[in-house]
Amino acid sequence: MPQLNVNGQTREVDVPDDMPLLWVLRDELGMTGSKFGCGMALCGACTMHLDGAPVRSCVTPVSAAAGRAISTIEGMESDRVGQVVQQAWIENNVAQCGYCQAGQIMTAVGLLKTTTAPTEEQIDGAMGGNICRCGTYPRIRAAILQAADRLAQGGE
Amino acid sequence: MSTTIQLSRRRFLQGSLGALTLAVTAGGLVTIVRAADADSKKYGADSMPGGTVDDPLVFVSIAEDGTVTIVAHRAEMGTGVRTSLPMVVADEMEASWDRVRVVQAEANEARYGNQNVDGSRSMRHFLMPMRRAGAAARQMLEAAAAARWSVPVAEVKAVRHEVVHPSSGRRLGYGELAADAARQPVPGTEQLKLKARADYRYIGKNQVRLVDLEAIGKGQATYGMDMRLPGMVYAVVARPPVVGGKLRRFDSEKALAVPGVVKVVEIPAFQGAPAFQPLGGVAVVARNTWAAIKGREALEIEWDDGPNGGYDSADFREALTKASRATGKTIRDNGDAVSVWNDAAETERFAADYYIPHLAHASMEPPVATVQIKEGRAEVWTSVQNPEAARTAVATRLKLKPEDVKVNVLLLGGGFGRKSKPDYVDEAAIVARAMPEGTPVKLVWTREDDIHHDYLHTVSAERLEAVIDKSGKVRSWLHRSAAPTIASLFAEGAKGQQLFESAMSAINMPYRIPNVRVETAEVAAHARIGWFRSVANIPHAFAAQCFIAELAHRAGKDHRQFALDLIGPARQIDPGDMADTWNYTESPERYPYDTGRLRGVIEAACQGAKWGRELPRGHGLGLAFCYSFMSYTATVVEVAVDEKGGVRVLAVDMAMDCGPQINPERIRAQMEGGAVMGLSLALTSEITFEKGRVKQSNFHDYQVLRHNASPRVIRTHLVNDDHDLPPGGVGEPPVPPVAPALCNAIFAATGKRVRSLPVGTVT
Repeated sequence: MPQLNVNGQTREVDVPDDMPLLWVLRDELGMTGSKFGCGMALCGACTMHLDGAPVRSCVTPVSAAAGRAISTIEGMESDRVGQVVQQAWIENNVAQCGYCQAGQIMTAVGLLKTTTAPTEEQIDGAMGGNICRCGTYPRIRAAILQAADRLAQGGE
Repeated sequence: MSTTIQLSRRRFLQGSLGALTLAVTAGGLVTIVRAADADSKKYGADSMPGGTVDDPLVFVSIAEDGTVTIVAHRAEMGTGVRTSLPMVVADEMEASWDRVRVVQAEANEARYGNQNVDGSRSMRHFLMPMRRAGAAARQMLEAAAAARWSVPVAEVKAVRHEVVHPSSGRRLGYGELAADAARQPVPGTEQLKLKARADYRYIGKNQVRLVDLEAIGKGQATYGMDMRLPGMVYAVVARPPVVGGKLRRFDSEKALAVPGVVKVVEIPAFQGAPAFQPLGGVAVVARNTWAAIKGREALEIEWDDGPNGGYDSADFREALTKASRATGKTIRDNGDAVSVWNDAAETERFAADYYIPHLAHASMEPPVATVQIKEGRAEVWTSVQNPEAARTAVATRLKLKPEDVKVNVLLLGGGFGRKSKPDYVDEAAIVARAMPEGTPVKLVWTREDDIHHDYLHTVSAERLEAVIDKSGKVRSWLHRSAAPTIASLFAEGAKGQQLFESAMSAINMPYRIPNVRVETAEVAAHARIGWFRSVANIPHAFAAQCFIAELAHRAGKDHRQFALDLIGPARQIDPGDMADTWNYTESPERYPYDTGRLRGVIEAACQGAKWGRELPRGHGLGLAFCYSFMSYTATVVEVAVDEKGGVRVLAVDMAMDCGPQINPERIRAQMEGGAVMGLSLALTSEITFEKGRVKQSNFHDYQVLRHNASPRVIRTHLVNDDHDLPPGGVGEPPVPPVAPALCNAIFAATGKRVRSLPVGTVT
């Protein structure tokens, strides 16, 4: 019976070890901000952070997350980089349908935590696993560059 | 007016429709209309089920604290309609947007008017009704204030959420006036004073962000996939791998042994034409989605593949190509294109064949619906483009009256045409019916389900033949299209494209060519053929727009100038003169084909891209344009092709004239998104069949454009903004010109012609 640390809170769940983290959070814990898109780590809609690094939770067994810090979109409001990225997403009017955007934001936050001034190529590399069928890529790129600028200025 | 599929009387009777007629509109609306009604000419919104409603009491309510609640009656799938239509109401009623709350309507077309978000119709059909509703609310507030102050209503004026009496300086907030205003008579249409354009606060101003923008960024927006209810169970369905296939036998023992699985339910296969019926199969119900998926994997099933078990894309392509080269059914005929072709010298003849495969919508949120049946009523929570169709499907399935079915419309994680077919809602109703009374059932499609069982975009072979003389003058044009029809979804065995398909960029071409013939070939469907963002414009515009570039090259002329010469001077053409009596259901008087507007977008896109500029080796610019859904679009794509044939799209310039620009910021978003979706289908996307089965299953083999392949530059150019024009569509028109512009750019870069999609690598 894994004990999970989600956005700083301890949560008990009673699920099989091989159940993907995504379904544990969505169906068992009622945290639906992370989305189901493909189930095969192909689209990035389910992206969360494990100990600060982006993972595709649709293929991450819950057993692999036990004892580690799980961060989700719901926790980004209290994350310095997360806040700045969320704000940049709003200012650039990124979302169309918005379904993929939680995953896009989580991947972007992961990128900006390790790469403070990403190049266009680094953005391509980091974001290539996150699909947006509405085609918001140009605005996602603009939002990431804006967030990087803000963070470089130490701004909120 | 909706397009009527002419079925034989025998088939009517077989279908027990009697004297009724099955009508299908391009957007996919299916209605049964009485034969007599089919003859009376109604246009646009008036031809839609539910028509329009502009009653302010339906759309607007005001609380004592001044909060204005505006109903969004159409579903949000990413176009921004849930924001833009309420914004129109707020503007007309002088409500301050920061004091406006938007609520989503449930399915009820009798109350709200048509709710089918499809066919790029939302702003086209509801701009004026929403303006009228807002203006009426404003005038009722003004009348209430005037009565309170005992002054003539002409002396008062609504300004920013309050009514003022300038001469006395008195003012009353909307909240203070709400109760009195609600008792005022609703002004008639002829009494309404609509705002002058100069008085708009929000329309055309980019002052309003999406109502869900912040919630989306925080993971707090609720999509159909996010529905949760106490005691809810989760279902996934094993469906026949071949359309029309049936269950031969199944064994659920191992599935039921999977921890968390609670029940296995058989779903009946559809009868007759597929329409919006489930495909059939076996549902596995469990305590969570994962257990349901594992349970389904443990099912033992034998299928009978049925009549489509031999469907093979390679064979079908040959058949389509053959059909596109044989004489078909003539649907437009001006002059004598056949004789001109037959009499022309070989050196003056030019022909080309184009191919566009099946496409899957692959919205990021797969289909999903939650249904609960309780005390003779059903409640539905789902993401659907057409809520009323979902209500009808559930009511029919459960033998309930429509008023006993409540459909709550949640956000759609994309739609693109797929989610106007409520088969998945029907499936959820079937499973809910098999569960103990009151059990909420969420029925989830996995990505594999979505790719395997989509209502696919059709597959086309397009044949173009022209006679072009030595001076570069095109003397004849023949366009023959061979593609399974959407009508096959509703009428078993229907073959050949219908008028509403041909009138998407095949017959309605305005070029000054004396001899024009357009034909369709009769080919059968072996899959569920649906409508995909911009529908038949995709193949027709791809072929015709590539062909014009090829003709320009043959004539040794600049493509842009050649196209403008073909189009000729600015003029308005009655669509009927091009054999287009459909015209997207709109009146030909209100919406003629305006070649001046087409020229305008071509000029704007070319100017944006600096057409004609010097480019590095391996780079190319390509142009294409299209008129669809009452809007004009043109695209210039810049590509770089490397030595190995790898295509990199560097920039897209897209110009659009959609008449009045109500929410320009969202129009630009649709143009950017349309550019990406157009490049997706052009570069990488393809669905193929083998032994009746879709070969692709997920995003590794059904590829769509990703960040790294997306152009870094997409410039959007909005043209015209004429508020005296009726509005054009916005969601779909950006897509059709993208693929041909790309292929024309590849030719410019390499001298190699790509006539078959997806492009992949240029060899």
